[in-house]
Amino acid sequence: MKIQVLLFGIATDLLQTSSFEFEVSEGCTIEDFKKAVTAKYPQLKNINSYAVAVNETYASDEMILNQNDIVAIIPPVSGG
Amino acid sequence: MSKTSIKITSEKLDLQACYDFVTDASCGGISAFVGTVRNDTKGKEVTQLDFSTYKPMALKEMQKIAVLALRKFAIEKIAIHHAEGMLQIGDIPVIITASAKHRKAAFDACQFAIDTLKETVPIWKKEHFSDGEVWVNAHP
Repeated sequence: MKIQVLLFGIATDLLQTSSFEFEVSEGCTIEDFKKAVTAKYPQLKNINSYAVAVNETYASDEMILNQNDIVAIIPPVSGG
Repeated sequence: MSKTSIKITSEKLDLQACYDFVTDASCGGISAFVGTVRNDTKGKEVTQLDFSTYKPMALKEMQKIAVLALRKFAIEKIAIHHAEGMLQIGDIPVIITASAKHRKAAFDACQFAIDTLKETVPIWKKEHFSDGEVWVNAHP
């Protein structure tokens, strides 16, 4: 199934894009997604660590993705 | 009437508007935190800061902080405004104001709000130097 991935901050620079579509299997968890996306885009290893948000809310590693979810890669934030 | 004012804007932040929003006849004090762009990082001269946001989520997270602050502290109203885009030295990236019957709650709410904002709100700053640029906090 397809999900939409959004990139922010340093991740945008590393992948030279701010969004892409990504194919994951049914029952894919956030942890699975992180492994798959890092395997496809090893540049992401250059980030300290990153959180994941699904549909504009922070998601735990165990959360299961659904078709057409909007998944954001959130590098360490630095507002304020 | 709303007890929270949440905003992300590429225009200049307005301290007076944040102050005016929280004024209330029942309050004995207003506390304000104003963030300003500093001219150096670890001894290196910063020329400007570029703020980018995941705006819809950042607004939600800022609203959560405001609601939590109202629950945790005896405050009447709270405003959290953040800037986006390119800021120069001395410009204001963030303003937080809180009003309360007694001052301690207002101070505590401002501290809580800025500390939590720096941990949870999806906003990123890129520091520009005369010889390059760096995303803050991004590298080990």
